[in-house]
Amino acid sequence: MFKFLPHTEADIKEMLEVIGVDNIDDLFAEIPSELMGLDLDLPKSHSELEIYQRFNELAAKNKELIPFIGAGAYDHYTPSVIRHLIERQEFLTAYTPYQPEISQGTLQYIFEYQSLICELTGLDVSNASMYDGSTATAEAMFMATAARKRKSILVSRTVNPNIIKVVETYALYRNLKVEYVNAINGITDIEDFKTKNSKDYAGIIVQNPNYYGIIEDYSAYREILDETKGIFIMNHDPSTLGILKSPAEYGVDIAVGDGQPLGIPLQFGGPYIGYLATTTKLMRKMPGRICGVTKDTEGKRAFVLTLQAREQHIRREKANSNICSNQSLIALFVTIYLAIMGKKGLIEAQTNSYNATHYLFDEVTKLPKFNKVFDHEFFKDVAIKTELDHEVINNKLYEEGILGPLHLGKYDEKMNNVLLFSATEKRTKAEIDKLVKILEAL
Amino acid sequence: MYYDSLIFEISNKGRVGYSLPKSEFKSYNIPKNLLRSTEANLPEVSELEAVRHYTNVSTKNFGVEKGFYPLGSCTMKYNPKINQDISNMSQFSLHPYAPMKSIQGILEIYYETQRILSELSGLHTFSLNPYAGAHGELAGLMIMRKYHMDRNDTKRTKVIVPDSAHGTNPASATVAGLISVEVKSNLDGTVNIESLKELLNDEIAGIMLTNPNTAGVFEKDILEIAKLVHDIGGLLYYDGANLNPILGLARPGDMGFDIMHINLHKTFSTPHGGGGPGSGPVGVVESLVKYLPSPVIKKQGEKYIIEDSNETSIGQVSHFYGNIGVVTKAYTYLLTVGKENMANIGRYSVLNANYIKESLKDDYLLPIKGICKHEFVFDGLIDKSHHVTTLDVAKRLLDYDVHPPTVYFPLTFKESLMIEPPETESKATIDDFIEVMRTVAEEARVTPDLVKGAPYNTVVKRLDEATAARKPIVKYSDLLK
Repeated sequence: MFKFLPHTEADIKEMLEVIGVDNIDDLFAEIPSELMGLDLDLPKSHSELEIYQRFNELAAKNKELIPFIGAGAYDHYTPSVIRHLIERQEFLTAYTPYQPEISQGTLQYIFEYQSLICELTGLDVSNASMYDGSTATAEAMFMATAARKRKSILVSRTVNPNIIKVVETYALYRNLKVEYVNAINGITDIEDFKTKNSKDYAGIIVQNPNYYGIIEDYSAYREILDETKGIFIMNHDPSTLGILKSPAEYGVDIAVGDGQPLGIPLQFGGPYIGYLATTTKLMRKMPGRICGVTKDTEGKRAFVLTLQAREQHIRREKANSNICSNQSLIALFVTIYLAIMGKKGLIEAQTNSYNATHYLFDEVTKLPKFNKVFDHEFFKDVAIKTELDHEVINNKLYEEGILGPLHLGKYDEKMNNVLLFSATEKRTKAEIDKLVKILEAL
Repeated sequence: MYYDSLIFEISNKGRVGYSLPKSEFKSYNIPKNLLRSTEANLPEVSELEAVRHYTNVSTKNFGVEKGFYPLGSCTMKYNPKINQDISNMSQFSLHPYAPMKSIQGILEIYYETQRILSELSGLHTFSLNPYAGAHGELAGLMIMRKYHMDRNDTKRTKVIVPDSAHGTNPASATVAGLISVEVKSNLDGTVNIESLKELLNDEIAGIMLTNPNTAGVFEKDILEIAKLVHDIGGLLYYDGANLNPILGLARPGDMGFDIMHINLHKTFSTPHGGGGPGSGPVGVVESLVKYLPSPVIKKQGEKYIIEDSNETSIGQVSHFYGNIGVVTKAYTYLLTVGKENMANIGRYSVLNANYIKESLKDDYLLPIKGICKHEFVFDGLIDKSHHVTTLDVAKRLLDYDVHPPTVYFPLTFKESLMIEPPETESKATIDDFIEVMRTVAEEARVTPDLVKGAPYNTVVKRLDEATAARKPIVKYSDLLK
């Protein structure tokens, strides 16, 4: 017997009798015999004790470091209650809420999640979540090109290069064209945008704070896009939206981004969550699930998946997106995070992150070998240039238990001497001072 | 009544549920033109209020640990607790840009999981980067397209999809820039070989199949189908939604499939999370390995490395490396089950399904007779004289604390009721379910209105879904208008 398989010999015998076959293998008789009879190279069955031994051994091959890096994944604080709540079996083990009468739990938190995303972005409607910020951005491109019936899109070069790569992949296979708007001194070159903007393009994708951590002022973009009926897509770090001007205030049509900075543990890149919010006008072009309010036969308020006629299980090949499962449990995570942190806590955590990054920047750029790169306001990522070799720096920091900055030359040769640092509310003054001291000694 | 509130409705100005250390840094000021002018209306609740709220919200859900969940094509098996404990270990929650020497343990989990998936599927290599089944499908179809593009075979724009396929199949084809063409099914849901032959020509990029199919029937002619498709230059894609019944018994790679995805949240218990996060690894035969999405994780001597493969591959489909936290759970499960028990997963799930099918076929219409695999479809009640529909039956099951089967899918039957009882369910649980299903069938004959008015014991009764779509209320502030 095995703990996940409850069948006794007697059970099996009785069941086979009802079915009318002699043994279980008879149930596989139609599978061609040349496909059967496998002897696979699989690990032996591990008891719980052996599982812990194995994973402790694997854990020992990792090293936990103090991160001074962000670039799309931030080491923010996670309140304890979240994990306890999301691991309640009612949330964890359920599937898609297709039977709303016994899925009001899932549907209610999706509704709360959508409401919170709308509060942060200022937009009219949010879906139930996407896989991550990069795929949400690509799906926003699909919305724009479908809504405008145009086959090209503009993307600012200040967007995170990994997001750009995902957008490029999605565009390539769907026969869409991506054209870039240049960056100038760390921000989107608005003159280049004006020159390139035309009715050939469905719109533009920008990021805020951008890849370099700079808070760009996109106030002039709406008007420029209106000349061509272009769609304004902004990838925005949602954690900064308690403070920064919202996508709606910039006149954005589709706001997307990665919810990871809302306290989601780093988990080596996932699971995170993509959010996607838009205007009422574009609502019916939205990918993914949307939860709405309705009443039951007794007039009681209830929640239900709505506007499903957009989705793959109804529209099949005519659907604008193929998304089915999303990151539902992480939407619950985000919902509880925003409830616990609340109006005040979200702002406080991000203000502390902002102040910590600025302190880091001030202290590091006081060192003779480290200098500022850009003249623009930044949030919790900041570019600093140095004549020192990035590998020397990061190896030294590693020895001292620190995960050093991202080497921007990894994605852009012109940035070969530039490092992208980050600090969050979790970084103490002592940790930053230690970082500065190590850099000073190089 | 209080517990039916939204978090916004229990909010009180000034209340907090968090604590942060006092800032040690001086305040730097953000220029005014970059600040938002109206504050975001986030909730203000104490910690207990939040905990009690979401605990009460959770009680309005039905999970696998509450009762039987025979949702067809979703493989709602037990989700071992240890999966969570392992995945929560802080040593695995590292930054995605951490240097390779500090993440050898994580990379080993990734590499070993993909190796076991390869062994179980008979394909050469897997990428674990896709986030969900449909995402794996999309990556797989991009690989199919890239393979033809690289050979300058630009005519191949069509992909064959059976009429019984999951909606994501044709939708993924469209997103990957392919046109899906439908192949007719035989009465038992298998591919009609003659119809297939008519569709095969030099415009076909490939075919997508689920085997066993959504009716739980194994494509016994799969080797012939594979030969036909390969002979005209097409590739075979395997939708892994129904991998559970053949796990460790037969392999898609041996059947002739070139590309496939696996749903770790289904077959490998990671769990479903109310609709994600899942994980949809995509696997390929050796000749297609170079197309797997970037970045790839490889073993080089005794070290594990991450390599950018954007130049040769389909490109990147995820920001980092997929849902690693989910992969860790799948690896935990694979090690727990191990070689000794792997083949019994499929065997017992198939045993369970056939036992239910044979036990209920006098009350429910069984359109496809004979042995099924892990699931099967009833076309509603046999006695339709009282106009009790599959929807009515499903709603009545709620009153008996059973999660209903998948309803109205596959589309090939009008009153589809698709039942999948995973291997983790005991005969006693299944006998209870059979009894309940018989009771509902009896009620449909004797007191049909009782069934049509169900459910009665749930927190809400039947919902008005039409109004919700006509006048969408999709956020809290809409309710205040």
